[in-house]
Amino acid sequence: MLIVHCHVCGAEGDETDFHYGGQAHIARPATRDPASVSDAEQRDYLFMRHNPKGLHFERWRCDRGCGKWFHAARDTVTMEFKATYGISELPPRALMEAATGEWAIFFKDKLAKGSEA
Amino acid sequence: MKSRYSIFSLARNAINYHKDWERAWRSPTPKSEYDAVIVGAGGHGLATAYYLAKTHKLTNIAVVEKGWLGGGNTGRNTTIIRSNYLQDPSIAIYELARSLYEDLSRDLNFNVMFSPRGVMMLCQTEHEFRAFKRTAHANRLAGLDCRMITPEEVKKIAPIINDDPNCRYPILGAYYQPRGGTGRHDAVAWGYARGADSLGVDIIQNCEVLSIRRDGGKVAGLETSKGFIKTKKIGVVTAGNVSTVVQTAGLRLPIESLCLQALVSEPIKPVLDCVIMANTVHGYLSQSDKGELVVGGGTDPYNNYSQRGSFPALEHTVTALVETFPIISRLRMLRMWGGIVDMTGDRSPIIGKTDIDGLYVNCGWGTGGFKSIPGSGYVFADTIFNDRPHPIAEPFGLNRFVEGRLIDESVAAAVAH
Repeated sequence: MLIVHCHVCGAEGDETDFHYGGQAHIARPATRDPASVSDAEQRDYLFMRHNPKGLHFERWRCDRGCGKWFHAARDTVTMEFKATYGISELPPRALMEAATGEWAIFFKDKLAKGSEA
Repeated sequence: MKSRYSIFSLARNAINYHKDWERAWRSPTPKSEYDAVIVGAGGHGLATAYYLAKTHKLTNIAVVEKGWLGGGNTGRNTTIIRSNYLQDPSIAIYELARSLYEDLSRDLNFNVMFSPRGVMMLCQTEHEFRAFKRTAHANRLAGLDCRMITPEEVKKIAPIINDDPNCRYPILGAYYQPRGGTGRHDAVAWGYARGADSLGVDIIQNCEVLSIRRDGGKVAGLETSKGFIKTKKIGVVTAGNVSTVVQTAGLRLPIESLCLQALVSEPIKPVLDCVIMANTVHGYLSQSDKGELVVGGGTDPYNNYSQRGSFPALEHTVTALVETFPIISRLRMLRMWGGIVDMTGDRSPIIGKTDIDGLYVNCGWGTGGFKSIPGSGYVFADTIFNDRPHPIAEPFGLNRFVEGRLIDESVAAAVAH
């Protein structure tokens, strides 16, 4: 049983009080310029997912509390929540640096730029 | 060639107090090079190796396995075999698998205990009744032996079912596949392992793949915990761990790894001689030959590599089944376990070539892996040997996600995902 803390209202509950929203930080490519989105980019948006064994970044919703979405960093092996952070934020710098595999690639230029999502 | 299992070999070994049984497979040290290497000695991997050796006479091959063979999802499922899917490509591959199961014990000279006891998918809402009727029509067009049955027939086949028309989810009928059923999951892995081994395939256990080594656009071999193995063809069949294996070759897959749990009760006298799936309430039930009721349900919602699930998923499954089968309410549950399943966006598997020459994947079976083992191995072996997708595997290629040609079983599959 996971114990989840809502980043927004601070409520604590088990996983049935929250809703899992899958991988975090997926940007919809068609938002800016729909005509230039290739089939492969659309596939990446719809279906490709980071699937790390270890540190993962994901979305949760405080279903039976404030109803707001927030981000969480969680380990997919130990199930430990490392941090929660706002829905428009990037994870704490230390966690971005700790990310491996596809997440490390994703955070590389974000680490260089600063902390805006 | 190994000595065959038969009534005579049993008698011969009985005289020697069963001390001289030959080992079912060798434990070879890896050679430095193979014609092909299969990663993952679960049912799908072993079946692939078996058909590569048997059908295609490719015997200089190896199966490498991180743990012990059949120790992953092959030993963690609820052993249900059926083929009544909605989409044509799914029907083709699952029915190929189911029909191979019919003859598998004889083919492998190993009793896989295939028991076509019938699979019944309950209709507990009007919507579900219509959806299954649609599936029934699709299946009958494809030539499957399946039919809709009435609530009276359901009660006759499974007397323990709650037929109260006033309960929350009354039985409106069921979709029935009489030639579906169960098999012995361990025996399927062991039978394929013994069969492949006797044809010369090296099954190397306790050998973890650390990375796939590439030589430009093609594969060069595998870095393993037992050293480098050179090969031109690699088939990755590692279910929940597929993303981490192919990532070492720079390949991404549209897959997420989730935990699927199951549990068994204490053994009781025979009460149920078919498999019952109750999808509206998210649970399914069968009784093993030992008398345990085998219970399964939906996956835990979040990504998980730990092979341990969460209690709410089990509670949800059991709560649901108690209403449909009131007699199980006092049963004590003996064991529960979890397996890490590889889920794709359309809940259909991925079988075929990748952008990297010589790298083949067979994954994404999600919650439907056990039933498909023989068919999956058969078409994947053909795909690897001929370096082109087998006609039945072709619709399941990776490019379907680019083309939007999905094989949508997420609502059609009998099991709640």
